[in-house]
Amino acid sequence: MGASANKQSFDLPATGLRKFWLDFSESPTAVIALFVFLTILFIAIFAPWVSPSNPYDLTSVDIMNSRLPPGSEDFSGNFYILGTDGAGRDMLSAIFYGLRVSLGVGALSGLVALILGASIGLSAAYFGGRFETIMMRIVDIQLSFPSILMALIILAAFGKGVEKTIIALILVQWAYYARAARASALVEKNKEYVEAAHCLALGDRRIILSHIAPNCMAPLIVVGTLQTAHAISLEATLSFLGLGLPITEPSLGLLIGNGFEYMYSGDFWISIFPGVALLITIVSINLVGDQLRDMFNPRLQK
Amino acid sequence: MTAFILRRSLQSIVVLFIMSLIVFVGVNLVGDPVDMLINPEADQAEIDRVIRDLGLDRPVSEQYWYFVLNAFQGDLGRSFIFGEPALKLIVQRMPATMELALVSLLMAVVFGIPLGIYAGLKPTSRISKTIMAGSILGFSMPTFWVGIILIMFFSVHLGWLPSTGRGDVDTFFGVTSSVFTLDGLSHIFLPAFNLALFKLSSVIRLARAGTREVILQDYIKFARAKGLAESRVVRIHLLKNIMIPVITIIGLEFGSLIAFSTVTETVFAWPGMGKLIIDSIYNLDRPVVVAYLMIIVVIFVMLNLIVDILYSVLDPRVRIKGVS
Repeated sequence: MGASANKQSFDLPATGLRKFWLDFSESPTAVIALFVFLTILFIAIFAPWVSPSNPYDLTSVDIMNSRLPPGSEDFSGNFYILGTDGAGRDMLSAIFYGLRVSLGVGALSGLVALILGASIGLSAAYFGGRFETIMMRIVDIQLSFPSILMALIILAAFGKGVEKTIIALILVQWAYYARAARASALVEKNKEYVEAAHCLALGDRRIILSHIAPNCMAPLIVVGTLQTAHAISLEATLSFLGLGLPITEPSLGLLIGNGFEYMYSGDFWISIFPGVALLITIVSINLVGDQLRDMFNPRLQK
Repeated sequence: MTAFILRRSLQSIVVLFIMSLIVFVGVNLVGDPVDMLINPEADQAEIDRVIRDLGLDRPVSEQYWYFVLNAFQGDLGRSFIFGEPALKLIVQRMPATMELALVSLLMAVVFGIPLGIYAGLKPTSRISKTIMAGSILGFSMPTFWVGIILIMFFSVHLGWLPSTGRGDVDTFFGVTSSVFTLDGLSHIFLPAFNLALFKLSSVIRLARAGTREVILQDYIKFARAKGLAESRVVRIHLLKNIMIPVITIIGLEFGSLIAFSTVTETVFAWPGMGKLIIDSIYNLDRPVVVAYLMIIVVIFVMLNLIVDILYSVLDPRVRIKGVS
């Protein structure tokens, strides 16, 4: 304790990004996870360029090549490191394209839910009164239902499709952001800088957006990381059940679902490999999120 | 206490009302209720009859009133596929789901609490780190994919356990269940384990977090200073105090187990109500979908109510704070 305090006084305190990175890299697992996640993100964004072939280009896909085991070669010399699926598509390319859909849907729904939830949470904390009571009651009630059930209700009532899946994921997630935003805004709004802003007679909107919101970002980022992983997993589940994305947008969940029917005949790779890709994605995001949470948790601060 | 229970019950009724409104709006107003609620193969006379019966020729507020009225009488429509009352179909399949959820819950609690307490008491030991790494993995792995892996390994590859159906059932003290036969047990093991995995991770995390917080409290220090055996400190002083969040979780997670059983039941072809709803959504069997949603909402609202009341019994502070 004494030694570290001494050391602290000799080193210049790190600030901003540098301090963030120093704190973050305290956990080697988290650094590896971040690196893995960035790689996956890169693959997802540049899927058409890094994939060996375009799995949805009908001219290059031959049904004769269906269900080739991993590491096989077809008659024209194409090599399939992860094998092919029931329609003769290269699994590796299908996974790369699937990552794109899964991450895209997860990120988009997460972002909209963040904006929606944070706006509601921040204004609830700021304005208080009946608005706060009603909004937070809704949040409590919604969070008492598991996300899969909320998604099921929404998709069963309104039907499947890309937009509906995204809407369902947003409606499932917003409450988490609203709760986190309100909790930290309640602390922030009584601080002196907000009082100062009030004394300057700044508008409510300006105080919320440029004074309170930036100071509430840390917990929101943590919730955001973990929620995005959750959303990706939920979308995969819904698509696997055939309730989420249509077959025109083959996400990882849909690929796993497609492989499920071949599994009993021993063709394991069609559902295993997309699942591994999904698992690596979710685990890496969760590990990064866990580290962020530990960093921002004042109770664990040294 | 009575005031708290009353207030909480009133709130549950409001939630039920809102949820019934959402389901009603979703099914009856967003789509065409005539298409959704009437068998497409019905002739014009039949269609006219059902429109009259359901009150679809009346104003919306009155339609909702009929929907609620019928629901209270246990009439949630007839299945297009099975030709039987939707409610009856669901009630028939409920025991299979309940049994699966109960066995999973048992697995999660029996393994989760000791593992979590251990990880909380010795946070630096290698075993604890393995437990926690396992729980992150269990948290991250999508249920349906784990189910597929389990089937592939234990059923297809090793051929040890069956992967579909419920197996033989037997009746014991008026309860019919697979857990009373060996064949049934072999059938329930994989799906129950699959369903339990996610909950196991959260029980471990919760027990660990609770342990780490409680262990720093003065009463634990005092109990140790008194010279009590460590096992007694853990069993009496620690366990009691981490039980509140764990009981909440057991209650709430039971509901989420029922919800998540839709996934597990689909993967393992378990004949419960979760598989029924997924099949019904596929087959556009709207009355069954509506009935399922209403029933599951009722189950959830009841569970939440029970948990909240239990909570207030265990921790009187909740009653006073619960006003907001």
